[in-house]
Amino acid sequence: MAVPKRKMSRSNTRHRRSQWKAVAPNLVTCESCRQPKLAHIACPTCGTYNRRQVLEV
Amino acid sequence: MPRPAKGARLGGGPAHERLLLSGLATALFEHGRITTTEAKARRLRPVAEKLITKAKRGDLHARRQVLTVVRDKSVVHTLFEEIGPRYANRPGGYTRITKIGNRKGDNAPMAVIELVEALTVAQTAVGEAEAATKRSVKEQEAKKAEETKVEETEAPAAEAAEEAPEAAETEKDA
Repeated sequence: MAVPKRKMSRSNTRHRRSQWKAVAPNLVTCESCRQPKLAHIACPTCGTYNRRQVLEV
Repeated sequence: MPRPAKGARLGGGPAHERLLLSGLATALFEHGRITTTEAKARRLRPVAEKLITKAKRGDLHARRQVLTVVRDKSVVHTLFEEIGPRYANRPGGYTRITKIGNRKGDNAPMAVIELVEALTVAQTAVGEAEAATKRSVKEQEAKKAEETKVEETEAPAAEAAEEAPEAAETEKDA
């Protein structure tokens, strides 16, 4: 079985972990209720998409 | 030539996918709108629209073909009696998919797929007018292209005619 030959240094570990970042979601304002929502997805607060009611709230 | 769907089948295999899609199509025609994952909705859309096109045709052959997919006879009846005639003047595009964000349990992207409303009289008029303008533009372009082609091809055509008999002769020799 393949196993690591050397202990990984803290530097290398921290360098790898520093590249793991969260990305802020791309929010737009809802046309009908002015709440922030994800683009191209029905508004979770008022349930509309393109001013058309999609979900019951 | 028909191109196979990209990516893995839904479910465990081709038969499982067929069963899943037929179940989804039955539910869609029964309820008018269903909530499912986006991948299933995207896969369902062409299946459902082809069934509606068959329903618009409305003859016994079409009904038997639909019955091989939608096994529920009462659903097939509503499909042929209500849904098909509703889209008599709509040239395709009978369903609408709206994304509604990710599911809580497994973060799967969800979507609502629904049958769209029948076309109003105004919408049909607009659609016909747009189609007419598109057609006239196409015809004009074709005419223009033909005129330019004739001018361009007159000279080379004469050359080609001279070359053609020679080519035929060489072929005979060979």
